[in-house]
Amino acid sequence: MSRPKIAVVVFPGSNDDHDAALALEGLGADPVLVWHAETELPEVGAVVLPGGFSYGDYLRCGAIARFAPVMSAVQRFAAGGGLVLGICNGFQVLCEAGLLPGALRPNASLEFVCRDVPALVERADTLFTSRCEPEQALTMPVKHGEGCYFADGELFAELEANGQIALRYADNPNGSIGNIAAVINDAGNVFGLMPHPEHAVDPLLGSTDGALVLGSLVDAARERTLAPV
Amino acid sequence: MKATVLVRPKPGILDPQGEAVQSSLRQLGFAVEEARVGRVVDLELEDGDPEQAQAELERMCEQLLANPLIESYEITVT
Repeated sequence: MSRPKIAVVVFPGSNDDHDAALALEGLGADPVLVWHAETELPEVGAVVLPGGFSYGDYLRCGAIARFAPVMSAVQRFAAGGGLVLGICNGFQVLCEAGLLPGALRPNASLEFVCRDVPALVERADTLFTSRCEPEQALTMPVKHGEGCYFADGELFAELEANGQIALRYADNPNGSIGNIAAVINDAGNVFGLMPHPEHAVDPLLGSTDGALVLGSLVDAARERTLAPV
Repeated sequence: MKATVLVRPKPGILDPQGEAVQSSLRQLGFAVEEARVGRVVDLELEDGDPEQAQAELERMCEQLLANPLIESYEITVT
């Protein structure tokens, strides 16, 4: 089977970039690390914005990273229907960039949470969750201080009505509205989640559920590479 | 030209930092009912047309200094 190329963006302060690349490689992709100062993306089937503390998380998490040169290329890629996955800090960057709705606020507890949490699959029919079953509980670690998803009343109702809430925490670790752990854009090609699938891909890590998410992305990227959008 | 931008969490937005500050102040014996924590950005601008500066400051707030979904801002030019 062909190994689709997937870009993993590296911002100054990213620290899960190599873990994401390693996980994608293990799942049959050919990851390419792309430095934030690049103005073009290589020919890829998908883009991953990894976890970490881009630009030191100054001002607000993701607020400065969204203006990195590479983000213009990611915006164009997404606008053309390209698949973009944001994990943790990557999710924050996507929200700040307006590629995903809503915002991520400091955890309600004000504590940094670092533990495995179960999240229920609400949408198993997206390109990022195709290997999952509906209502399946995925165990993946969270590790963040600002993962409290916020949408105002109107936006929240819209997300519910459009089926844009992809994963919900079974045990809310951060105070997110509606127990939201992952959202997808209306077009279905941009997905963000706070749990770390790349840290749940091997029994040694305590769970392999993250492989279902990243594996879905690899499947979709492979199809895209065979038949470009 | 100097400008100060005040960024606040919008009313109704959960502000755990403010809650922690309020509870600490109460522990110190102060009768504080609510505290909200925002951010101050002091800027030094190149001298120019004040009206244009005001318009640019608003763009700075909308694009970077505040997240309009969750924060309000107030600009003072001095």
